[in-house]
Amino acid sequence: MSSAPGSVESLGHATRGLAWEEPLLFERGRPGRKGVDLDPLDVPEVDPKQLLGEAAVREEIPELPELSEVDVIRHFTRLSTWNYAVDLGLYPLGSCTMKYNPRLNEKVARLPGFAEIHPLQPPEQSQGILELMVRLEEALAEISGLDRVSLQPAAGAQGELAGIMMIRAYHEQRGDPRKKVLIPDSAHGTNPASAALNDFECVPIPSGADGVLHPESVAEVMGPDVAGLMLTNPNTLGLFEEHIVRICEIVHEQGGLVYGDGANLNALMGRSRPGDMGIDVMHFNLHKTFSTPHGGGGPGAGPVGVKNILAPYLPIPVARRDGDRFALDYEFPHSIGRLHGSFGNVGMLVRAWAYVRSLGRDGLRQCSDMAVLNANYLLARLRERWHVPYDRPVMHECVLSDKLLEDCKVTTLDVAKRLIDYGYHPPTIYFPLVVHGALMIEPTESESLEGLDRFAEALLSIEREAREDPDVVRSAPHRTPRSRLDETRAARKPILRWQPS
Amino acid sequence: MAETQIPEELAYTAEDEWARREDGQVVVGITDYAQQQLGDVVHIVFPEVGAAVTKGEPFGEIESVKAVVDLYAPIGGNVCAVNDDLDGAFEKINEDPYGAGWIIAIEPDEPAELDSLMDATAYAKHVAERES
Repeated sequence: MSSAPGSVESLGHATRGLAWEEPLLFERGRPGRKGVDLDPLDVPEVDPKQLLGEAAVREEIPELPELSEVDVIRHFTRLSTWNYAVDLGLYPLGSCTMKYNPRLNEKVARLPGFAEIHPLQPPEQSQGILELMVRLEEALAEISGLDRVSLQPAAGAQGELAGIMMIRAYHEQRGDPRKKVLIPDSAHGTNPASAALNDFECVPIPSGADGVLHPESVAEVMGPDVAGLMLTNPNTLGLFEEHIVRICEIVHEQGGLVYGDGANLNALMGRSRPGDMGIDVMHFNLHKTFSTPHGGGGPGAGPVGVKNILAPYLPIPVARRDGDRFALDYEFPHSIGRLHGSFGNVGMLVRAWAYVRSLGRDGLRQCSDMAVLNANYLLARLRERWHVPYDRPVMHECVLSDKLLEDCKVTTLDVAKRLIDYGYHPPTIYFPLVVHGALMIEPTESESLEGLDRFAEALLSIEREAREDPDVVRSAPHRTPRSRLDETRAARKPILRWQPS
Repeated sequence: MAETQIPEELAYTAEDEWARREDGQVVVGITDYAQQQLGDVVHIVFPEVGAAVTKGEPFGEIESVKAVVDLYAPIGGNVCAVNDDLDGAFEKINEDPYGAGWIIAIEPDEPAELDSLMDATAYAKHVAERES
């Protein structure tokens, strides 16, 4: 197929290709069709009602679809072709750091010594994985400027919860329980959730007109009843919180602690360290910054790092060096306890360690440098035609809005849908909440210059379409198996269960 | 931005709720501007009837296709009614935010607290400032 350069057909390389319709599994199959052939029963039959009790046994067998193995395989494989993945193209979800997951990580995670070990094997038989955990903890501590790290939390939100639990335990242990946690208005939604789960009252702090937090606004609400401040640096507008050192001092002066949301660490590696800025505790998203699979691709991992003052409260067990051997330490009387079975999502720790070791200090710094350069390059290409609410150099992501498209009655949602026609996963939209109609774009370091140019051209082309032919944008997407879905009706009157017709 | 309606006779909060005196009670909803910004409303977490509410504190949550945000009480008191008709018909908030889209009614502790809210002119200015 040939197509004009700069057209919807050429930019993101999306074509119709072979696209399949696919019914629900319930609508496939025939009575009596089977996926497995079982041998005749060769043990005595038991009555499940006697074994389990009347209440546990259904009167009727539910109407499950009857299918062959190939039916099932084709069903899920066809559905998988409707997916978008970082292995297919740019996945510019702001605040999510959808970077490429190097195959080397996968190779290392499949080494039998890592893949086939059992968590209940005694430490003397698990020295390899314990060494890896200790060395990964040390590497994360070095990268972040913190003293100790627990690898246990299963995701960023759990790392955050652990961090706030430690802040709470710290104040309670000192006989100074506190009531409030300060949170800027540009924060991730998980921040107030973590604070609320620990019975803290959340006090929002407005960011300044320049998009960053100002020391005066923190000083105004900081007091002896405040347990701490939670903030993300760079923040969700992609801006570096340049007053961070003074802000941390203000919180510390009144006995509070500072929680750093590590979601945006991808902007900082090898350049600056949250611990040096004054942050006392933060989580790391290994599935973002350290390239382990993300979303549907694998479980997350959200290690939490602390300064020494919080070390007594770390989740147990803590892996540690024991001479030239490695051991697990359960002797933490003030520990907040265990957060995860065994040692966390260990397969992800192996991948993150492979990433850290294969890139090394210079490589990690280069990743962050390129992530920042890429975001600024996109911003520079787009700012002439797109509204930029905080127009200044950004870190690893940039935020646009639909303000200039108001006259054409084209919204951020329309733009996101139209990007699908161009072959791209849409960016994060309508977040952060402080920007009306936000489009939050994080290209990551994975993209080449040509890849960034194609994406910028797509957004510039959509902006032209919005002026010249707004209907094509408002009714997008047009090239997908389904066109615009009625999201409002789906939320108001969801159909959650298949019913026989 | 589309035209937004700001009725003269109502009182307004900085968080975009409106309040109206009615037979000693105060009826509360979200403004036309708020419903435009939120987009289609899909769910509300109501307070219990009888629950105490504090001026300026959240009393519930409103969810749209774009976001979930807190609802703030314009006045302190006790919830004396919630708008059950909205359940399954949240489009009323988008279609008629000042009428059928009302959310709760409050039996106020200090009716005079209402006087500290913004009037229509002040609220129009508050909206314009955020749009600039």
